[in-house]
Amino acid sequence: MSADARPASPTRRVAGAVVFVVAAAVTIAIPLVQPMPAYSLNLLMQASTYAIAVFGLTIVLGYTGQINLAQAAFFGLGAYSVALGTTTLALPFWVALALGIVLAAVAGAALGLTTLRLGGHYLAMVTISFQTILSLVLTNWIAVTRGPDGISGIKRPAVFGYSFDGSGAYLALCIASLWLVGFLVWRLGRSRLGRRMQAVRDNELAAGVVGVDTYRTKVAAFTLSAVLGGFGGGLFAGGFRYISPDQFSFAESVVFLTMALLGGVRSPFGTALGTALLILLPEWLRFLKVVYLAVYGAAVILIMVFMPEGVWGFVAALVRRVRGPSMETAVPVPVLPLTKETAQGDGTVLLSVRGISKHFGGLKAVDAVDLEVRRNGVHALIGPNGSGKSTLLNVLSGLYVSSGGEIALAGATIGALPPHERAARGLGRTFQNIRLFTAMSVLDNVVVGAERPGNLIDGGHGAHALALAALGFVGLADRAHRAVGSLSYGHQRRVEIARALAGNPTLLLLDEPGAGLNHAEKEELVTLLTRLKGHGLTILIIDHDMNLVEKVADHITVLNFGRRIADGAPGEVLRHPDVIAAYLGQVNARAAA
Amino acid sequence: MGIALQLLFTGLGVGSIYALVALGFVLIYRATNVVNFAQGDFAMLGAFAMVVLCIDLGWPYWLGIVLTVVAMALFGVLFNLGVYYPLRHRSFLPVIISTIGASILLENGVLAAYGPRPQSLPGIFTNQGFSVGPVFFDSQYLSILAVTVVAVALQYLFFERTLLGKKMQAVSQDKEMASLLGIPVALLIMLTFVYSATLGGLAGILVAPILFVSVQMGASIALKAFAASIIGGFGDVTGAIVGGLALGVIETFGAAYVSVPYKDGFAFLVLFVFLLFRPQGIFGERVAEKA
Repeated sequence: MSADARPASPTRRVAGAVVFVVAAAVTIAIPLVQPMPAYSLNLLMQASTYAIAVFGLTIVLGYTGQINLAQAAFFGLGAYSVALGTTTLALPFWVALALGIVLAAVAGAALGLTTLRLGGHYLAMVTISFQTILSLVLTNWIAVTRGPDGISGIKRPAVFGYSFDGSGAYLALCIASLWLVGFLVWRLGRSRLGRRMQAVRDNELAAGVVGVDTYRTKVAAFTLSAVLGGFGGGLFAGGFRYISPDQFSFAESVVFLTMALLGGVRSPFGTALGTALLILLPEWLRFLKVVYLAVYGAAVILIMVFMPEGVWGFVAALVRRVRGPSMETAVPVPVLPLTKETAQGDGTVLLSVRGISKHFGGLKAVDAVDLEVRRNGVHALIGPNGSGKSTLLNVLSGLYVSSGGEIALAGATIGALPPHERAARGLGRTFQNIRLFTAMSVLDNVVVGAERPGNLIDGGHGAHALALAALGFVGLADRAHRAVGSLSYGHQRRVEIARALAGNPTLLLLDEPGAGLNHAEKEELVTLLTRLKGHGLTILIIDHDMNLVEKVADHITVLNFGRRIADGAPGEVLRHPDVIAAYLGQVNARAAA
Repeated sequence: MGIALQLLFTGLGVGSIYALVALGFVLIYRATNVVNFAQGDFAMLGAFAMVVLCIDLGWPYWLGIVLTVVAMALFGVLFNLGVYYPLRHRSFLPVIISTIGASILLENGVLAAYGPRPQSLPGIFTNQGFSVGPVFFDSQYLSILAVTVVAVALQYLFFERTLLGKKMQAVSQDKEMASLLGIPVALLIMLTFVYSATLGGLAGILVAPILFVSVQMGASIALKAFAASIIGGFGDVTGAIVGGLALGVIETFGAAYVSVPYKDGFAFLVLFVFLLFRPQGIFGERVAEKA
């Protein structure tokens, strides 16, 4: 997956596709031609339908990092739709299955819409609540669900006169669905939506700032997960022809979760592996029968401690280590098409801030500050610690809701917009404490930036080229396929700048880009900023380092205790008595005056 | 009116159990920022320890209680070392899953040792209780309420009046800073687990005579206690107590006047309503992540 950052060569890609298709064809054909004992059929039927539901957890937990402890409930919705649909309502199998998937999707979307703003523990709790209530309804609403007795005589489908009534044929159908869903989930991980999900997982705050609508992405992930739960459940009901409420309890949700985690939740291969293992393990561990589940609980803890990425992630890391670091081939780096937008209207006001305030309780961190940033220049915002610089930047990018005042970017008011919509209007930024998508490759980090809504090039190969160009601009094109966590601190800072640049920002906000850099790295940063300036980009920079600020800034605004105390050209501002007082203290200020 | 008062009394008793377990949740959450999904199993273990000591071995009740509390404190150390400590530097998700694993391990371990048949434990007092007007004060419910009040008072004094308590507060607010000030963070987190396990065990001892002692008893108590802590305001000690009591009362009235089979659903319905309209709970504050 994303950690496996090596770009596949065309021959390898074709070979992979051939292996995939052949493996799928063989496993689908086996149950059709080879009669199997009922016991094995049931085991395989359970494994394949469960795996489809567990793929849902790959999306929601593996890709998006959101917990779902109700997958068995969505599985149950699908199963009960097929069961009641084909028996009580006498609907065709496919209609009942579609109904189940829609039902699961609606339930998933409703749960997601109401709780994904809260996230974390709340989501865990709400999914458990939903699971518990559904279990109660299935058991107690006897008139409809037939209660604890369950439903038998569930029908299987037919297509164009070909009946899937035989167990071998039905199993082949389940296995075919498994391959299809697995492939789609794998593709999703490499799509634009998949990258957004992973960005949300790795750093939700940064994802919003680079233009990802984090809430919508999470709801999409949750709904897709529910859909796969419903689909797996529907197939399960047809396979076993009998279902009862206890098959869809909270305990089963935990089993689904464990399957995903055991195999490796970030890859569909891992999820499938985990499902197979957990269904087969009890058969192999029959001699442990009494304590089997206890052993299994202990295994969950051990996996979390020793194999955080699951069996698949463990093996993948091992393979990577044996193969050694990939050889980076020199790729021709396209030229970064910067400034197409910013070059217009030279020197006019781009960002206009009027009387902006941010209060935390009684503390006025930013107090009625005015600020004007003109196009094609570097505007520095300086001030002692605690003067409100970072707070102001967070208000500008929408991470904090302002307590008053107006913000206009290129004439449009943006003060009420969420971070991702401000990003869509061309506001890019970096963070003082680096916020990268740590489990993704360097290139993917920057691609997420390039894929911001409203960017010059929208999606597809254009975004890749643009990301590569941005990496080339900051001098990291040769490290594009590394894991971002393996880079040095200074390089990570540059990746963050590249991520913002790839979005072709109208205005670039840099939050202390020099923090934590050594002397040589700072020199490189100054060179980089000067080059950006040469391209006509508009930059608002915060930094402590006067040396750096003096070298790059065209205009300086000084804050102290949340108020603006000076504003103007660097030479005059840095000689301003109030500024000297703020930085050096009152006594020296008098001496200077 | 008499029935309503009787239900209120019963509800407060049941709610006290939720409150005790919810307190354990909140303390661990404040110390580690992690929700312990095995919190309910602490109560289950406490109840089973009582069954083993007082029924199987026939030891006196008071000795059983003392030994159970001591055993639960030791178990807190074990739990901290085995389930939390190795994962302390990771995000909350692996830790949550690890506690779920611990919950499966504990429930099935006890199941393997004791079988699925629910056990019963007699009440602490042979006297059933007394009546005041139309309300019957059951001695078991009275002792639950009394223990809850004492536990809450002691906890308040500990956190607000002792240096150790203040240090624990410091750890829950900022681990890094606390450690720079020379506070032994790992040890204090361990103490938090010890205290939570003891509190959970105590809840188990108290609730055992009311419910059957079964492997699943912990899970259902824990879910409701967790719901209670969200309703009260997650991470807030007062909220956990108020939320627990409120939930106990709502559930008891719901079962009496609305539906018995759906008794376990009321807690989650109330929770849904809160999450929709007031997700920060009764006493909670909205917090935003700092950029």
